[in-house]
Amino acid sequence: MVSDVITEEHIALMKDVLIQHVPHARALGMNVVNAKRGEAWLSVPYREELIGNPQTGVIHGGVITSLLDNACGIAVQLALPERMSIATLDLRLDYMKPATPKLDLMAHTHCYKVTTNIAFVRGTAYHTDEDDPIATCVGTFMLAANRATPMPISPEAAEEAAKFLQKNKEGKA
Amino acid sequence: MSEKAARDINSLMQAIPYARFLGITVDQRGNEITTVMRFSERLIGNPVLPALHGGTIGAFLETTAIAQLAFEIGGDALPKPIGLTIDYLRSGRPVDTYGRAVITKQGRRVATVHAEAWQDDRSRPIAAAHGHFLLKAAEETAGS
Repeated sequence: MVSDVITEEHIALMKDVLIQHVPHARALGMNVVNAKRGEAWLSVPYREELIGNPQTGVIHGGVITSLLDNACGIAVQLALPERMSIATLDLRLDYMKPATPKLDLMAHTHCYKVTTNIAFVRGTAYHTDEDDPIATCVGTFMLAANRATPMPISPEAAEEAAKFLQKNKEGKA
Repeated sequence: MSEKAARDINSLMQAIPYARFLGITVDQRGNEITTVMRFSERLIGNPVLPALHGGTIGAFLETTAIAQLAFEIGGDALPKPIGLTIDYLRSGRPVDTYGRAVITKQGRRVATVHAEAWQDDRSRPIAAAHGHFLLKAAEETAGS
């Protein structure tokens, strides 16, 4: 269908949409750690504001919901042949264990199928080991959900995003 | 925090940092509670429309369910989510959002809850969720 190579435009889209243009993602301190065709890795650093249980200091399940929802949306964008607006239709979450206080949250999401109208995606939230999940999710997204123009991306932002991703890849290798 | 009738659910929710972060309060009238998520710019997920972030709506529904469980069942520890399915029905506009939850089934360890969120018109919900919650502070499963 589409090449597996992530174009600069895709990277810029993901970074731009996530960091510059999504106030809630910014408020949570979300970061794109890595990305490839149809897949995204995001993080949310631990912060006291995000606690759900004041007795234990465990992060609120809702933070995991936001992180997975956002990461699923990015995986869908990275799977699409062209930019279009998307909307979450449903999202099912299973919580396997509480997050460990003071540790950052990670999410890895994979958009494994795109049809004319719907994209299917699944994801995992974890700290360091994806095989030891905090939560998993499956979701569906409606494609071309509205007529709003996709957010504009400048060539500068694209270049910066490409560098950002390259740096992350080197850091991981 | 165990006398259920006189429980101040709003204070209980205000003790949760993330509920404060989202601007969630609880309006308690007699034997009913309504959760309110005050609009703020940081709840936005799509600034072009603009629309609320799906994650904030999910978190709001989860908090609404937990508030209802705390209100009706009480107990020493807050219920923990096991699984939650969220249906996004309409785009959330940049205004206040209200929520109500109904306990469909209450077992000894697990309760099933249905929650709905709306804005101007209660008959036009923006999202609905149903979920399972662990009632006792349990060792192995559940997040939050």
